[in-house]
Amino acid sequence: MTLLAIDWILLIEKLILIAIIVFASLGIALYTTFAERKVAAILQDRPGPNRAGPFGLFQPFADGLKLIMKEEIIPNTANKFLFVLGPGLAMTAALMTCAVIPWSSQVHIFDRTIDLQVADINIGILYVFGVVSMGVYGIMIGGWASNNKFSLMAALRGASQAISYELAMGLSLIAVLMLSGSLSLKTIVDQQMAPGHLWNVAYQPLGFLIFFICALAECNRTPFDLPEAENELNFGYHQEYSSMKLGFYLFSEYVNMIMSSAIMASLFFGGFDIPFLDESTLAPNLAAGLGVLALLVKIVIFIFVFMWIRWTVPRFRYDQLMNLGWKKMIPLALVNMLITGAVILWLQGK
Amino acid sequence: MSTIEILFFFLSALAVFSAIMVLVSKNPVHSVLWLIAVFFAISGHYVLLNAQFLAIVNLIVYAGAIMVLFLFVIMLMNLNSETEPQKHIWMKLAGVISGGCFLMMLISLVRQAVEMGGRKAMMAEGDTGLIKNLGKVLFSEYVVPFEITSVLFLSAMVGAVVIGKKN
Repeated sequence: MTLLAIDWILLIEKLILIAIIVFASLGIALYTTFAERKVAAILQDRPGPNRAGPFGLFQPFADGLKLIMKEEIIPNTANKFLFVLGPGLAMTAALMTCAVIPWSSQVHIFDRTIDLQVADINIGILYVFGVVSMGVYGIMIGGWASNNKFSLMAALRGASQAISYELAMGLSLIAVLMLSGSLSLKTIVDQQMAPGHLWNVAYQPLGFLIFFICALAECNRTPFDLPEAENELNFGYHQEYSSMKLGFYLFSEYVNMIMSSAIMASLFFGGFDIPFLDESTLAPNLAAGLGVLALLVKIVIFIFVFMWIRWTVPRFRYDQLMNLGWKKMIPLALVNMLITGAVILWLQGK
Repeated sequence: MSTIEILFFFLSALAVFSAIMVLVSKNPVHSVLWLIAVFFAISGHYVLLNAQFLAIVNLIVYAGAIMVLFLFVIMLMNLNSETEPQKHIWMKLAGVISGGCFLMMLISLVRQAVEMGGRKAMMAEGDTGLIKNLGKVLFSEYVVPFEITSVLFLSAMVGAVVIGKKN
């Protein structure tokens, strides 16, 4: 079926895939807010939310309903268009990452082979990087359009923090790219799945550590949640926001967490690879389904670690944060890159 | 019309409209945001020309880093149309006319150039822009200019640090 030189079936197939991934991410994000409160409760030895439904399982829906029903307040002095654009941009940038993440191998339905990845572009990681750097705009625009000094300060903090940690993140990625020789996430995952090849974290433990710390900073999570430091900035860049616009900002943070967990799992922990199992012996559809499950388990583990850190480690001071970023992480990432390069050269020479 | 033509005209219209809005906007923050839209449209053109690496680097470097710093400065300076001196209408008109003349000259020069005769942009074909080929060409044929550029970058970095250290 070709009309206007467009393959419509492919288009519809991709649209369905995008819709599934976006709604699944939002659904997981919904329950991540619940998990956050439960994990906090467990770590602080209290029951946590347990009123709405069995074990409090309907709590996220109650929260969402509350946010939607709240009165919408747009401050009088704020730039109205940008004020509304801010949360939307934050959410869009958070969701855009999912386009290049390989969720699993292929499934076969109705004689069609469908890749469970929206786009396998040969610059996959750079795309993720580009989208991450766009995420700053949601915070900056929202903070500026609020016309509130605290919001602006928080927005500038958030943006400078994100830019600082992007550098170390990029440098730690270069070491992984040297190993894989490809920028496509699919290829990187396939290489880790190949028999006789360990997950990348075995070759790049330091690189993973740097990437993980930078991911914490990029998601504005404790100990790097300076843009939302209540004791200094009241509430942070979303101070003037109410109703679902506030919800979007809070929600985009959780979506960011899911996406960065997925990226970390794909880059360092074999993506949808199931350890100690040769997927090629299974039926393709079954292998694909199990692959999705394996990736989800890895994501959940990462999200738990994110939360664990949040409720155990106190917040940095701002100068400590910048010191760590520029004077420790970047040199460390450079050293890691040099060592990786040297070892690869040495192995090639042998 | 093929998909590529539709996309080309859409992106071109977006680029030109956003570029005009950069100039027309009264608020400098809006200008910066429109400029980011221009970068997105240009990156779209790069993708159409199968130069994916260039497209994404354009976004990361310009839209992701340089424009964020621009936005920083403008937000902190808090410029707005009331406090800034506005140019007289005749000055603006003179600027438009001289700029238009310059544009006409450029277009006629490019159209008459011998090398450009009968050439067409290759849409969605050719693989020079892919990162593998680009890297190979950069590190074999153009390795000396590439290294000189990196020295230039280093000197710019050192210069920035020196200026920053002064106070």
